[in-house]
Amino acid sequence: MSELTVRIWRGLEAENGEFQDYKVPRLESQTVLDVVTYVQRRVDASLSYRFACRVGVCGSCAMSVNGVSRWTCRTHVSKVAKDGLLEIAPLRNLPVIKDLVTDMSVFFDKWAKARGQFQGEHTRHEAFAQVKPDSKARKNVDAAIECIGCGVCYSSCEVVSWNADYLGPAALSRAWTLVNDVRDVAQKERLQAVAGDAGCQACHTHITCTERCPKGISPTAGIAGLKRAVLNASLKGEL
Amino acid sequence: MRSIKVQVILWGAQRLSALVLALCVLVHLATIIYAVRSGLTAAHIVSRLHQSSLWTVFYSLFVLAIAIHAPIGLRTVVAEWGYQGRIIDGLLGTIALALVVGGFRALFALQGLA
Amino acid sequence: MKNDFRSRNHPAYWAFILHRMSGVALSLFLPLHFWALGQALQGEIKLQGFLRWTEQPWVKIAETLLVVLLAAHMSGGVRLLMLEFLPWRSWHKTLLALALGVSVAMGLMFLLSVF
Repeated sequence: MSELTVRIWRGLEAENGEFQDYKVPRLESQTVLDVVTYVQRRVDASLSYRFACRVGVCGSCAMSVNGVSRWTCRTHVSKVAKDGLLEIAPLRNLPVIKDLVTDMSVFFDKWAKARGQFQGEHTRHEAFAQVKPDSKARKNVDAAIECIGCGVCYSSCEVVSWNADYLGPAALSRAWTLVNDVRDVAQKERLQAVAGDAGCQACHTHITCTERCPKGISPTAGIAGLKRAVLNASLKGEL
Repeated sequence: MRSIKVQVILWGAQRLSALVLALCVLVHLATIIYAVRSGLTAAHIVSRLHQSSLWTVFYSLFVLAIAIHAPIGLRTVVAEWGYQGRIIDGLLGTIALALVVGGFRALFALQGLA
Repeated sequence: MKNDFRSRNHPAYWAFILHRMSGVALSLFLPLHFWALGQALQGEIKLQGFLRWTEQPWVKIAETLLVVLLAAHMSGGVRLLMLEFLPWRSWHKTLLALALGVSVAMGLMFLLSVF
């Protein structure tokens, strides 16, 4: 049976760690998550990592594999292990708690900062809102609503690493779905929240986020939409 | 840190000047390629300028658009390399002014040749 | 932890790098350009003398490079304006290829005309 050499990042902080090598038996249809699980169960029980569903639904197992952020449960070793070598590190642009586990607080804080929460004004006593599924706004929402907050786009974004205040692709994409929600009444506040050098204006259309999103969402498209909406608001004096 | 309003205005001005420059650069490149075919001489440049006052209008617009576009672009680059603040903004404003002065000086110089 | 080049190694990112580098290079070139044209202030002979200096082959090569950088920055910029202001298109990678093609074409046209 052939073997895989796996290099896994171990440590308590980003500046205080190193890669350690492990030998793992190579199996058919193995995923990177299988490999990490094997190491923790059979080789070194002190390895910390996150996972939940194992089937590509929850996004918890996101890590940096050979330098690229992805879901490890949906990454076949055969697709990424060139010459039998695999390098596994925690998600980037986030503080490291331990080994492959990152602190995602700032990711979700930025979600809130971008006003990524729905705000309506109807109560249960009003009739249902009528939103046509083939309307342009609803189609815009559909294209971005499936985000599960896995952090892969945030981890991949270069602007996030250059600009600590930048809200990032996930938060902005969520804001875009709400900007297109005809029931939402906090539009002015939301556009104020996503505008500026820490907001949608900072996106340079690298399109890395879209390239990496495991759900096929294009945050770049949503952010471009936000740029237009913000400019319109600015011209109308609403900013 | 400028206000959100100013940040968006700077961004918008950059995009608007970009649109103007896209057209100016297209004309400029076409003119260059045409002009160098028979060897570039001062006489050629000057006579073309004097052919029509539209050229003066064109190059004036070109200079103004550059003076807006380049400094705002550089501001973003420099900010991502870690430098921002009032001093940087002041420096870039000076660069914008220098581009206006330099550009109109060049245009004036060429206009002045009969 | 920060990303390394492996994460950014894709066409749209290279386009960004080209756009940024060409923008900075052109900004540095502009003062030179204005100064050179300003030579005309000292008369047509002074300007003509400068233009004769530009007849040297290495200058023509440098000028070709500048034309390519300008065309690349412009076509890349038009691509960005389209991505930001027009409805999102799924064929944005084709747009990238088109922009690159235009810059190379302009560079070639200049090269053929200047020699």
